[in-house]
Amino acid sequence: MKVTVRVFASYADTIGADRVTVTVPEPRTVGGVRAAVAALSPALPPRPLIAVNETYATDDVPIAEGDEVAVIPPVAGG
Amino acid sequence: MSRAAIVTDAIAVGAIVDEVRGARQGAIATFIGTVRNSSGTRTVTGLEYSAYAEMANREMNDILHEALALASGAEIVAVHRVGKLNVGDICVIIAAAHPHRAAAFDACRYTIEEIKKRVPIWKREQYADGSTEWVEACSDAVHNAGATT
Repeated sequence: MKVTVRVFASYADTIGADRVTVTVPEPRTVGGVRAAVAALSPALPPRPLIAVNETYATDDVPIAEGDEVAVIPPVAGG
Repeated sequence: MSRAAIVTDAIAVGAIVDEVRGARQGAIATFIGTVRNSSGTRTVTGLEYSAYAEMANREMNDILHEALALASGAEIVAVHRVGKLNVGDICVIIAAAHPHRAAAFDACRYTIEEIKKRVPIWKREQYADGSTEWVEACSDAVHNAGATT
């Protein structure tokens, strides 16, 4: 199944877009998205941080239709 | 009233301190983060902050509520600026008021430390030689936890 993922900052530069659609095995989970995003470029970390519906999510979290999925580079606020 | 915000305009320190000042409060602790002109050995001429705005707002509000639980009776305003900033500009301010100073300091410290760890905001430094680079200063707990679970 395809999942569209929002991408930010350095990862968006690496991928060349602020959204990317990846193919994830069923059942769709954060772990599947994480692996699919990592596979997009060797410049990305092997296990990038993922947020679902604006909340940090672990590998076992399921992804439903309409969920907002984002890949989060290391934060550097403050 | 306590609040957290991501803004694009310049941060007015006095106005934010006034928001938390009140008859019940005996202390206001503030943290003000400013843009430094160096990063390691490189000369920094400016910064650009970007955010995942919806999540950054949500995360800032979560942190605020945690700080308020930690320091009962506190009033806290936390504001982070995004966009292009010059050296010396204020990028973040926390103003935490409480009847007593220890709790004001605690609430202020908790809020800024958690913002630095968790809020999805990123910083691109611009250097004197014209090049730019995303800063990945983060050895942060959230990122490491996310990477291993």
